[in-house]
Amino acid sequence: MSTTSESAMNDAAPPATQSFGGMQARSEAVINTTSRISVRNLDFFYGANKALKAINLELPDRQVTGMIGPSGCGKSTLLRVLNRMYSLYPGQRAEGEVMMDGRNMIAAEVDLNELRSKVGMVFQKPTPFPMTIYENIAFGIRLHEKLSKSEMDDRIEWALTRAAIWGEVKDRLQSSAMGLSGGQQQRLCIARTIAVRPEVILFDEPTSALDPISTLKIEELIDELKRDFTICIVTHNMQQAARCADQVAFFYLGELVEVAPASQLFTAPREKRTQEYITGRFG
Amino acid sequence: MPMEQQGEHIVRSYDEQLRKVRDMLARMGGLAERQVNDATVALTRRDASLAAEVISRDAALDQLEREIETFCIRLLALRQPMASDLRFIVAAMKVAHDLERIGDYARNAAKRSIIVTQQPTLGSLNGFLRMARLVQENLKAAIDALVNDDAVAAERVWGNDEPVDDVYNGIFREMLTFMMEDPRNITAATHLLFIAKNLERIGDHATNIAETVHYAVRGDSLPDDRPKADSSAYAVVRPPE
Repeated sequence: MSTTSESAMNDAAPPATQSFGGMQARSEAVINTTSRISVRNLDFFYGANKALKAINLELPDRQVTGMIGPSGCGKSTLLRVLNRMYSLYPGQRAEGEVMMDGRNMIAAEVDLNELRSKVGMVFQKPTPFPMTIYENIAFGIRLHEKLSKSEMDDRIEWALTRAAIWGEVKDRLQSSAMGLSGGQQQRLCIARTIAVRPEVILFDEPTSALDPISTLKIEELIDELKRDFTICIVTHNMQQAARCADQVAFFYLGELVEVAPASQLFTAPREKRTQEYITGRFG
Repeated sequence: MPMEQQGEHIVRSYDEQLRKVRDMLARMGGLAERQVNDATVALTRRDASLAAEVISRDAALDQLEREIETFCIRLLALRQPMASDLRFIVAAMKVAHDLERIGDYARNAAKRSIIVTQQPTLGSLNGFLRMARLVQENLKAAIDALVNDDAVAAERVWGNDEPVDDVYNGIFREMLTFMMEDPRNITAATHLLFIAKNLERIGDHATNIAETVHYAVRGDSLPDDRPKADSSAYAVVRPPE
């Protein structure tokens, strides 16, 4: 895949430098300065209702961006804009730019299938197809590529391995995916998403339907995946955002209030609204 | 961001718990101040029974430190605090530790002052009074800054340790002179030196508390190079440059 060869660049992140009392609260990870996606002046409308107001946000290459905020703040809306999920619904429209590789991905002339192959998405509830485990992965690949049987087998093994579920399913690839546990189904969905080799993966509350151990497995997986993919995760679990994300964006009432390295945002946020939200003081 | 501007938590019991930490710290701070004060009075008035009281009261400080620590650990586990709450709870644990150390120094000073009462008088002890007053002022200001979330006051305390070091240097030289004059002074002078050092260390812990308060309130730290003037290490022999 195209990005693996560059993954070494990220390994040079310095060790944790935070020490209470002696230094500024600052990010442990140096935020990568190259953007994979640049959101510029983005407005979004549900009919007449403006759900996102002039959002400017950079998603750094092969880093995890966490998006937090109370329900209805626009974080999931932004995620849905990033792969044009909204285009299925009449009356919903986005204005502004979502720049990726020099192109505005929300412009009408950009092919939706091409965008979706570059920007994959994992949802809150695991959504396996009622097919075999093997077919669940193969299905998406066939939409984008023509592979021989052996190439397909390799790709499926690769995707399942990267999604940290290969060991659990390799002997039952022809069984129904519906027989997997919730956590396994979610990892299967992640495998399905990465099987088409996207550049960006969007996670919409990927663990809110999972038990704590499955949640930790997904978090571990996100940490692993960010070596190759740019990741954006919407979560209601602030500790999860603090654990997984390199940078965190806080949204409120359709505005992007603050974006900062995770360790700064959770220890010493700049904005009062961020402070009140993350300390549990919101009215 | 200063904490006093903030509203209440959605979970009211969380506010109550944070208030309890604050109350426990204020109590511990008050006790530590009293220990330092009484240890100094015991020394200057040659009052061995007051010194004995100081020694026996130290256990209460140790107990309070353990209570604060246990309670803060419980809060960390239960609430997973963020931002200013997180900083405050971590600061509380650090300050409790500083106060416990301050108590140890006061107790040690009290122990030594009992021995000093059995020795011939050395000089006026005015330096000790002055130093104790400076240290107590700083300690009180640091604890007030903590209780009131006052980063400006904390910064003032932090920059105010230099005079303590100056007086300490003076005492150090004075004691050296007494010892050189008459070897029979050595016992008392040595204990007095240690007492002076104890007071000086208490001053350092007061500035530590001030640093911690500053971090808890503002979210950033004071610079590493605090103004210092303790030169007693080089009073007799200068190390080679």
